[in-house]
Amino acid sequence: MMEYEELIINMGPQHPSTHGVLYLELKLDGEVVLDCRPNIGYLHRSIEKIAENRSFVQFMPFTDRLDYLASMNNNLGLCLTVEKLMNIAVSPRAQYLRVIIAELNRIASHLFAVSTFAQDLGAFATPLFYALRDREKIIQIFDHICGQRLTYNYMRVGGVSGDLPAGVDALIKEYIPYQRKMLDEFETLLTGNVIFCARSKNIGVLSKETAIKYGVTGPNLRASGYKWDLRKDEPYLVYDKFDFDIPTGENGDSWDRYIVRIREIRESLKIIEQALGGLPEGDPVAKVNKVFRPNGETYMCTENPRGELGFYIVGDGNIFPYRLKIRAPSFSNLSVLSAMVKGLNISDTVCALGSLDIVMGEIDR
Amino acid sequence: MDIASVIQRIEEQFPCAIAEKTPGWITLKKESLIPVFHCLMTGPEAFISLHCLTAVDRKDSVEVVYHLFSYHHKIMLTVKVLLPNVDLTIDSLTPLWDAANWLEREVFDLFGVKFSGHPDMRRILNPDHWTTHPLRKDFKQDGFVPRPVK
Repeated sequence: MMEYEELIINMGPQHPSTHGVLYLELKLDGEVVLDCRPNIGYLHRSIEKIAENRSFVQFMPFTDRLDYLASMNNNLGLCLTVEKLMNIAVSPRAQYLRVIIAELNRIASHLFAVSTFAQDLGAFATPLFYALRDREKIIQIFDHICGQRLTYNYMRVGGVSGDLPAGVDALIKEYIPYQRKMLDEFETLLTGNVIFCARSKNIGVLSKETAIKYGVTGPNLRASGYKWDLRKDEPYLVYDKFDFDIPTGENGDSWDRYIVRIREIRESLKIIEQALGGLPEGDPVAKVNKVFRPNGETYMCTENPRGELGFYIVGDGNIFPYRLKIRAPSFSNLSVLSAMVKGLNISDTVCALGSLDIVMGEIDR
Repeated sequence: MDIASVIQRIEEQFPCAIAEKTPGWITLKKESLIPVFHCLMTGPEAFISLHCLTAVDRKDSVEVVYHLFSYHHKIMLTVKVLLPNVDLTIDSLTPLWDAANWLEREVFDLFGVKFSGHPDMRRILNPDHWTTHPLRKDFKQDGFVPRPVK
């Protein structure tokens, strides 16, 4: 008779491959995962409670600290929700600027995602260094625009905090062909690499149905073969004016989630190019009252690099929101992990987790 | 298909399920939650995604808010259920959507709403030994002072 022994292993909260302070309780039979229970909350800062004691202008910097790899997109989500609630119009130049900035941040976020994923699979340092070298260019552009490298607080309700400084549009124009070239180089390292494919293909397969049941959104849903992108299907800002594709995967495995992100970088570059070309004149700086007293409620989603970020704001006529709920994409994306990893090895669990691209900052809030 | 026709169909199929109807949302009676949601998920409306689940403390009651999304018709339906403070229990949606699992745990953690039928009703963000629910308006803790509302 085969001997059978169950072993419980605690992975995290301090573990290099858990992308932040995530604690996985793994029930193992030898090397095979029988059950996986993610425990979260180590980064809980009760941002939703803080929001009830801040005006929207004061709360904007807190959104930077949700998904800290895509701060601009978080700023944008809150701005759009408040604008929808208060019926505030935004100047065309500000809308174009927001698109450019949001897409640049999407590229930075995806570069980080694919390279740390490769690092998780043992492609030690080289892809990460290549990607961080390119991401640095974006961070420097943001540094010129708003004076910050990671937590930007750039968007304002009704516009943005300042116009592009002189010379920055030239920097972005230089950056687009550079990133295309570097992405080709990056792909020669990974996309067709035999070891990389063997480690990621057919690992952590997520079917379309399971993904939707768990509320998975963003690149993870598209990698499962469901063509859905809010920028295309329910366009906000001026996304309907640009020509871009929605890359999708076929099998929903870890490799598909990787390649969808790589292709999305190329699509984002296309959007930035078009937006820069059609950037209208005007004043993008917000010229609205800084005090909002919303009455009523609204829920709005935007397409973040990790999925659909939703803000649910309930106002009662005061300057503080009565309730502000953040629907974080990584929260739902992580909840599907236990369904994905049953029957995998521990090393493949790391692969599945890395391919989901979670950020604990927005999961724990 | 738009929201109005969805609401109309709920009214026809479940005549006394809706407690209140406003332009932005509908309020359901607690006991009709599961049948209505099951119908919305499997019916032609195809609300296959539970996009968001949260709660709002209304001081004498807690409002549980569901945002259902239909990829097929591209519509978002907001459904609310009002729970009086004396009885903060409601049926769990985990049999319908797996997404409800963690979202309901979060509402339990932050508001103290108990979801009956939930497979794993533990706190999710705060430590297990806590007895308070931080997002309740009457939450008190040393060092935390709510700012005066102007």
